[in-house]
Amino acid sequence: MIRVQEADFDVGNELEAMTAGNTRVGGLCSFVGLVRDMQAAGTVHAMTLEHYPGMTEKALADIEAEAQARWPLEASLIIHRYGRMEPGDRIVLVAAASPHREAAFEACHFLIDWLKTKAPFWKREETPDGAQWVDARDSDDVAAERWGRGDT
Amino acid sequence: MRVLYFAWLREKIGTGQETVDPPGDVTTAAQLMDWLADRSDRHADALAERSAIRIAVDQRHAGADELIADAEEVALFPPVTGGGAR
Repeated sequence: MIRVQEADFDVGNELEAMTAGNTRVGGLCSFVGLVRDMQAAGTVHAMTLEHYPGMTEKALADIEAEAQARWPLEASLIIHRYGRMEPGDRIVLVAAASPHREAAFEACHFLIDWLKTKAPFWKREETPDGAQWVDARDSDDVAAERWGRGDT
Repeated sequence: MRVLYFAWLREKIGTGQETVDPPGDVTTAAQLMDWLADRSDRHADALAERSAIRIAVDQRHAGADELIADAEEVALFPPVTGGGAR
């Protein structure tokens, strides 16, 4: 299940919906990405996420399909927001449900690592000096490499 | 074909989308960028540093040598920065 949306989401409701009525699930693992304030306490530095409508959904569906192929999953979920967000706001939820906990942990980790290198979002931060586009980091590519082949 | 620009590419060029009709000898994404760079100083500035630009052809990630003759949509953008926390 993939959702790309401007609106916030409720983590509890989303996780409950993933496994409701499915007693084959032994483990449900989730990750929530939040807006972190890089600046001094008390200052609000918002950011805006731009995305590529059409490709965003395709890219996330490809990532999810790869996870479903590599691990035995009963359910998977990616919700990614776009638009203006402030420190503390939720940006993304990824979750994976499996009969076994290792698969749930690994698939969840894979989903977030992969989407950080492949999902077409771009972050622009508001700073005292004006709006600045954030550069991608090599550490994201390195993190994704831990999962091996990159043919998604 | 449609060419889409995102993030600072869009800001530098001044538009997020344009429809173009490159000549027949423009066959790869790299050649398309060369051709687009000639459209204006703003295009040339935006497309100057190729290592900072990523490509999608018909909404799938592609390399600079991807053939684009039959593409409906080519997008040019910086490396992606979604997902939240580092």
